[in-house]
Amino acid sequence: MATSKFASVENAPPIEVFALNKAYVDDTFPQKVNLGVGAYRTDEGKPWVLPVVRQMEQQLAADETLNKEYLPVLGYEPLASAATSMLLGSDSPSLKEGRATGIQCLSGTGALRVGAEFLARIGKHTVVYSSNPTWGNHSLVFLNAGFETYRSYRYWDAAKKALDFDGLMEDLRNAPANSVILLHACAHNPTGVDPTQDQWKQIADLIEERGLFPFFDSAYQGFASGDLDRDAWAVRYFDSRGFEMVCAQSFAKNFGLYNERVGNLTFVAKDRAVIEPVRSQITLLVRANYSNPPNHGARIVGTVLNNPALTEQWKGHIKTMADRIISMRHGLRERLEKMETPGTWNHITDQIGMFSFTGLGPLAVDKLIAEHHIYLLKGGRINMCGLNTNNIDYVAKCIHEVVTTTQEASL
Amino acid sequence: MALISSLKIFSPSTLTTAQNALSVSSRNSSWWSHVEMGPPDPILGVTEAFKRDTNPKKMNLGVGAYRDDNGKPFILPSVKMAEAEIEKKNMDKEYSPISGSPEFCKATINLALGEDNEWTKNGLNATVQGISGTGSLRIGTSFLSAFFPGNKDLYMPTPTWGNHVPLAKHAGLGVKQYRYYDPKTCGFDFHGALQDIAKIPERSMILLHACAHNPTGVDPKPEQWAEMSKVIKEKKLFPFFDMAYQGFASGDIDKDATPVRMFLKDGHQIALSQSYAKNMGLYGERAGAFSLICSSKEEAAATMSQLKIIIRPMYSNPPVTGARIATEILTNPSLRSQWLKDVKGMADRIISMRQLLRSNLAKEGSSRDWAHITDQIGMFCFTGMAPAQVEKLTKDFSVYLTKDGRISVAGITSKNVEYLAHAIHQVTK
Repeated sequence: MATSKFASVENAPPIEVFALNKAYVDDTFPQKVNLGVGAYRTDEGKPWVLPVVRQMEQQLAADETLNKEYLPVLGYEPLASAATSMLLGSDSPSLKEGRATGIQCLSGTGALRVGAEFLARIGKHTVVYSSNPTWGNHSLVFLNAGFETYRSYRYWDAAKKALDFDGLMEDLRNAPANSVILLHACAHNPTGVDPTQDQWKQIADLIEERGLFPFFDSAYQGFASGDLDRDAWAVRYFDSRGFEMVCAQSFAKNFGLYNERVGNLTFVAKDRAVIEPVRSQITLLVRANYSNPPNHGARIVGTVLNNPALTEQWKGHIKTMADRIISMRHGLRERLEKMETPGTWNHITDQIGMFSFTGLGPLAVDKLIAEHHIYLLKGGRINMCGLNTNNIDYVAKCIHEVVTTTQEASL
Repeated sequence: MALISSLKIFSPSTLTTAQNALSVSSRNSSWWSHVEMGPPDPILGVTEAFKRDTNPKKMNLGVGAYRDDNGKPFILPSVKMAEAEIEKKNMDKEYSPISGSPEFCKATINLALGEDNEWTKNGLNATVQGISGTGSLRIGTSFLSAFFPGNKDLYMPTPTWGNHVPLAKHAGLGVKQYRYYDPKTCGFDFHGALQDIAKIPERSMILLHACAHNPTGVDPKPEQWAEMSKVIKEKKLFPFFDMAYQGFASGDIDKDATPVRMFLKDGHQIALSQSYAKNMGLYGERAGAFSLICSSKEEAAATMSQLKIIIRPMYSNPPVTGARIATEILTNPSLRSQWLKDVKGMADRIISMRQLLRSNLAKEGSSRDWAHITDQIGMFCFTGMAPAQVEKLTKDFSVYLTKDGRISVAGITSKNVEYLAHAIHQVTK
């Protein structure tokens, strides 16, 4: 047979979180625990399709007026406008003045990508900063979208197991003007450490002073504290300061709609006159990428958010999820402190959201996986949702075991 | 169409100077005041104008979406049945794999190549779910842009779907043309195509519409496809098939996939984009797939891993609902046979509208040759009308279509076909 055109294509390295998940699935150990992939689990360790979602699906299925026609390029408008309102709040100056707009995207990743392509191709931004550490896919999204340079700003202080605020401020101070600064709106992934309100104010001052462009990634609104408004505080603060910014929103976690790919890109401008031209340019970008977004998930979220009773029902679900996570945080911390596991463990409850940066080093992580069949990412990130009343004792015990038997840099 | 060159853009250095000069602590000017309005989408523009028209006889022959004989969107019975089956299964909403469900991918490539085809059996395909046809093309063009070892130029037929060009350019490919449509005959310019293909530099890529060419409806005959296959092989060109209408064109899924299967039998390695938008009516659910047919299992695995690396920074993993419906239909024997009936029903209605339009034009007394209306296949018909005639058709008769004279046959019904024939005759006599 003739030489293939693709004979030289090399096997790409596996993506860590998926490789980890596969290893977990293949493991036959009865007490294995998956603290890897970021999806909510019930106390029974099961995925949870939100009752309001099930209800909506039945309602939509029975609605004879609905069809499967293409959505507009920029998506299902009721979803986009409700998502933007949900983010910015009813008091938002930009919303009131018609300076904010929403574009339905393919979940959080898709919103990041569309925003990044716009900023690179139309805005001609070339440099983007994200936190060190950050979600593993951030750099790839921005570089593939057309950014030339990806840099990090300091974020996680491994010694203090807290935010390295001074490092963050110094790095932003040194960022060239026009740099896009990627900020996690709440429930920082992977550390779970968020700036305080006062720290956000200082970050805003610096961004304004240095002529930087804020790009928020909001994947956990409501899911972090259980309160939609509280989790949007940082974004709304920037809005109140009159910033131009974009924010990628995901409904994967807070609606449990992981595989329906529901997201929104909120765009806030200083001048309402730019909204239409910006939307028209984003239309061209979307058309060249995937033409128009998927319908099913958009209808679910759009319908719920535009219906007060359904929204209340949904808020109850978010609180359920957030509360369970918070109780697991408390449970883990209590057990470790009770066993007097070396190190400090208050960071587990200081942190917020789905993830915790445990502070466990690579040797400890390897041990947890290899000897105890507890799966977590190399950097020590655990998914709190993987903990439940059945396995929390086992996990605490094993963390204690690896910490006391592993010689590693200070925890 | 280069979207960036149409804007006045400040270079980063000018922006920096401007920013600093503005004393950024009280910047009132927007980052975006330089952004110009993008050109309006010609097809959407047609629909918008149609909506504004108050003429009760108005017809929308613009957008390419199937309509039933009452002019309404059509949800396939097999789709409704599939949805009911899926509902019973109470499935979760967990992330799909990056490449989509393996079941979906297998069912999709087997639909294209035949249930018992040797390529899938031998694990030679790398198949990933894509965001319908557009998304699948986008994954494919990105892959080719990064990995194609020859000329990064994709040769497209003239004309081609309006989005092919910006999409390929966006992915980083060069775009060139080969002759395809003959306006004199409203048919296939076979000799022009062969001549142009023979001139394409070796180790370039060539885009082929597998069936129901968009926008002309003009497809090569099987023996013409065979000739093209030969020349393409001789010139060492890489064929990239866009198959958006399998089953929807002739009503027969195997017949419509003939060129794809022929090329594989002839020994080509191909890329293939598939869409379920039209043939399953899943438009807004965005179900499609991109495949590479490789020369070995190892190659398929390697290319598969690279395809995932392309997808992850686009949108991480694909939407599940449309894919689940397609999978349910294709793997459930009674649903599959229902679907084959549904898709034949749609194709048959389109074919009968073509026949009615042609016969009504004859009845109107038109002396023009309208054979191409029934020679052409699929959703679209290149009528051969000139822009001035198209304008008149819209202005005087409220019949909406694109400037190039393309009509979506799906917009014709037994109730309005006479009016359409009358209108067309009036502007072309």
